[in-house]
Amino acid sequence: MIDEPFAAGNSPIHREDPRSRVILATLFSFVVALSQAFATLGAALIFALVLVIAARLDPKKLIKRLLPLWLFLILLWLVLPLTTTGTPLFRIGPLAGTREGIILCAQITLKSNAILLAFTAWVATMNFAKLGQTLDQLKVPEKIVYLLLLTYRYIFVIEAEYGRLLRAAKIRGFKPGTNLHTYKTYAYLLGMLFVQASARAQRVHQAMRCRGFQGKFYSLYRFEAKTADWIGAAVQLAIMALLIGIEWKINSPL
Amino acid sequence: MHIAEGVLSGPVIAAGMAVAGAGTAIGLKQLDFDRIAQTGILSASFFVASLVHVPVGPSSVHLILNGIVGLMLGWAAFPAILVALVLQGILFGFGGITTLGVNTVIMAGPAVICHYLFGFMIPKKPPISLTAAFGCGALSVFFAAIFVGLALVFTQESFIEVSGAVVAANLPVMIIEGIITAFCVAFLKKVQPSLLPGYPG
Repeated sequence: MIDEPFAAGNSPIHREDPRSRVILATLFSFVVALSQAFATLGAALIFALVLVIAARLDPKKLIKRLLPLWLFLILLWLVLPLTTTGTPLFRIGPLAGTREGIILCAQITLKSNAILLAFTAWVATMNFAKLGQTLDQLKVPEKIVYLLLLTYRYIFVIEAEYGRLLRAAKIRGFKPGTNLHTYKTYAYLLGMLFVQASARAQRVHQAMRCRGFQGKFYSLYRFEAKTADWIGAAVQLAIMALLIGIEWKINSPL
Repeated sequence: MHIAEGVLSGPVIAAGMAVAGAGTAIGLKQLDFDRIAQTGILSASFFVASLVHVPVGPSSVHLILNGIVGLMLGWAAFPAILVALVLQGILFGFGGITTLGVNTVIMAGPAVICHYLFGFMIPKKPPISLTAAFGCGALSVFFAAIFVGLALVFTQESFIEVSGAVVAANLPVMIIEGIITAFCVAFLKKVQPSLLPGYPG
């Protein structure tokens, strides 16, 4: 059920300094989310596609990841043009499809695709241990970082535990259906999962204490930004500045 | 339940970040280092539980379980859900950086509200505690759907129909979450009540 399809790989993006990747992804997400002009959004989508190519992401897995977003966007295209007020462009029975509604849909489509593609290329290409250390370096509160690393560490263990419980139920003849018995079985199964998780947490905490845990994780990974990292970050920042520039020129608030 | 990137307006994004930041700060304050392992591993189990699909007629819905997260964690639901959303974003591509605040409020806000509305009734006798658990499970999903709707409507008024559809689509989920939360609380009361509020830890 759970895997990290893009974490392993050898590409210019995978080799880029993780700190600059997280910062760039955050900046890019905000710039695109807050922009309105089609020129900006189009350029952003092209930039995101370039990143995806540079990261050499598996196209099949990428499309699988984009599918839920596309389903949501199809829903928006079906509803929003008809529910937005403005200049009517076409009519379906008593409903009018408006120019404003179509513009809104197009903006959302460009933005959401660009942000998800860029995020996948920059951040989903990082393994979690590295992401945790990166966030620590970027001064994210350390409790959040530990929580993130611990949660990530145990989702796979707990998923296996859930699989075991479900198998045991199925071997005893459990067939899920729309009935109270099914819901009761799932509820007890999840209750057992929480009980086991809590017992495991106690053992983990004791083991951590035995090894001298005093509220600090130490990392063996050394961050060092090479000249190539600085150049790469500067180029990508310049592209971001260009995006802001286009948006500013077209939709200047002044 | 989450809102995709690129939908919300600047003010809504900013408001979401502010509320999520405040909630997470309170949650972290209550979370000392002795509870980190407990919260992290429970939050991993909630993450796995939210991948469980239960059948409803010919289709199936996946569980959200933010009600029971709220019961078990209180304000720590904010950091736990924040972390779960980061994981979802990276592993599955749901949500993203700009919507992280809003999505955290959508899930963790109802969890904390339901903790205070129903938590004190959980140690009472079964008719009361089970009704409270059902209400907790159902209302936490209902509030989450309402929060999604509000975030969309405050972004653009033309989202009102989409928001209505979100709430309507979540009505069956509400009932199922209520039933599962009630059974789950009944189970935990028998097996390990210390996980629930109102029992000595």
